[in-house]
Amino acid sequence: MMLEIKDLKVGFQNEVGPATDVVHGISFSLGKGETLGIVGESGSGKSVLSLATIGLLPKTAKATGEILFNGEDILTMSERELCKLRGSRIGMIFQEPMTALNPAMKVGSQIAEALRLHSNISRADANAEALRLLEMVKIPDAKRKMHSYPHEMSGGQRQRVGIAIALSLKPDLLIADEPTTALDVTVQAEILDILDDLVTELGIALILISHDLGVIARIADRTLVMYRGNEMEQGETERVLRQPSHDYTRKLLSALPRRARAGLDVMAPTTLGDSV
Amino acid sequence: MSKKILEIIGLTREFGIGNSTMKAVDNVSLSLEKGQILGVVGESGSGKSTLARIVMALDKPTAGNVLFENEDIFALSASKLRRLRSNFQMIFQDPYGSLDPRHKISRIIAEPLHLEANAPRGKALRDRIGKLLEEVGLAAEDMDKYPHEFSGGQRQRVAIARALITKPKLIVADEATSALDLTVQAQILKLILEMRDTHGISVLFITHNIGVVDEICDSVAVMQSGKLVETGPVRQVLDNPRESYTKRLLSAEPTLDKIGRKKHQVSESPP
Repeated sequence: MMLEIKDLKVGFQNEVGPATDVVHGISFSLGKGETLGIVGESGSGKSVLSLATIGLLPKTAKATGEILFNGEDILTMSERELCKLRGSRIGMIFQEPMTALNPAMKVGSQIAEALRLHSNISRADANAEALRLLEMVKIPDAKRKMHSYPHEMSGGQRQRVGIAIALSLKPDLLIADEPTTALDVTVQAEILDILDDLVTELGIALILISHDLGVIARIADRTLVMYRGNEMEQGETERVLRQPSHDYTRKLLSALPRRARAGLDVMAPTTLGDSV
Repeated sequence: MSKKILEIIGLTREFGIGNSTMKAVDNVSLSLEKGQILGVVGESGSGKSTLARIVMALDKPTAGNVLFENEDIFALSASKLRRLRSNFQMIFQDPYGSLDPRHKISRIIAEPLHLEANAPRGKALRDRIGKLLEEVGLAAEDMDKYPHEFSGGQRQRVAIARALITKPKLIVADEATSALDLTVQAQILKLILEMRDTHGISVLFITHNIGVVDEICDSVAVMQSGKLVETGPVRQVLDNPRESYTKRLLSAEPTLDKIGRKKHQVSESPP
């Protein structure tokens, strides 16, 4: 297993009183070419879980348990070791591509920057690689877009740049925290397609965090449902959505607009019949 | 006497960008009947929020008219328009940005009453606020709290109570549930439906989410790049869309029809 999280607990220290525990013992594992969907509402601890995985928890946080990345525990690594890991072995994509990008730097240079910081390549080679990455995330007219600033691009294009940067050093693991939440639905569909293809073609592992079960259904092999820092259930996405074993999952499903869960309602009788 | 509460006729709003202009809303005509919910659905840049601002008379159109109960709101004098404003209220997307953090809930909810000459005061006012809070699913005692003491969904309930205090005939909701968790969104949608049923309020519901339109709207208008693409009763437009853009929007919506990654669906194709 490339990533194995065992009984991860995260708490935040308060100035007075006991720490606030936000993740209460989460375990899962993830292999190459696999996508894990983490679904939960605000306050479920899903973002803290992702920050812990990339070693970005703030100093006030205390984490226990194990986060084994290729066998090494991220929780015990020094900042130096983490810096080598972040970006190069673990990439991250954020919800807001506008705030995640540097507004004063051309996107081509932003992608090349990561390459030049982590490896000893020439500026020309880095630029060539940046162009290849932009083409990989299907930015139209990539050659010209190399010289664009983030504000000159649409939200969907910016998110593609975010993905290109996250993938520039060929990480083994990609963490995407609500990567399509700020995007229009038609653009969301394209971005999910790109992420899905990348997992298949590059054999990376993807953790996709979302509050939207429709997004999870589209992209995740397995799904972890979280609520207030606890695991409600996890399993094959199809099983979790069609035959949820926890009431909270059922509640999430029933909160979906009718249109979104229509396919499920039709399937429900057959799956029920199968399980009896 | 027409049953129409709101009529939008040939509405256009241009914005200047440098030497050129762009049409944020381009010749849009729509109407909303009393007690109905009209959904305006579109992606970013479709002009749906500009439309909402003009209907609320927060912005002026370049061309076209907005009739509220057969009265052209942009032909009214400033003082007449101000008096009319108590009839239409707005609910915004961000329940954190739309409530003043330094004011108690009671003051926030009572604020729109400034428009009314003989608004209730003292105990009568507190009673009305208390009743409204209970109607939107909060407690009367909550009026002495501050916004930070509430969750996002509760804040949106406060915003709805504030919109209701002037007993409006029309509510414009601009992405009112987009910032909320799904389970909370379902509750707020239910509340909006109840509000319509008990008070006969008409709602102009602006959203990017077709699933939500399907859930609560009677009719729908699909917008793209400022233009009206398609409009009609919700079942007609969503079940038998005529325009390709509407079809595209419908098929892009993530649903649970298909579960699983793409590779499983194309795995038969040779490498």
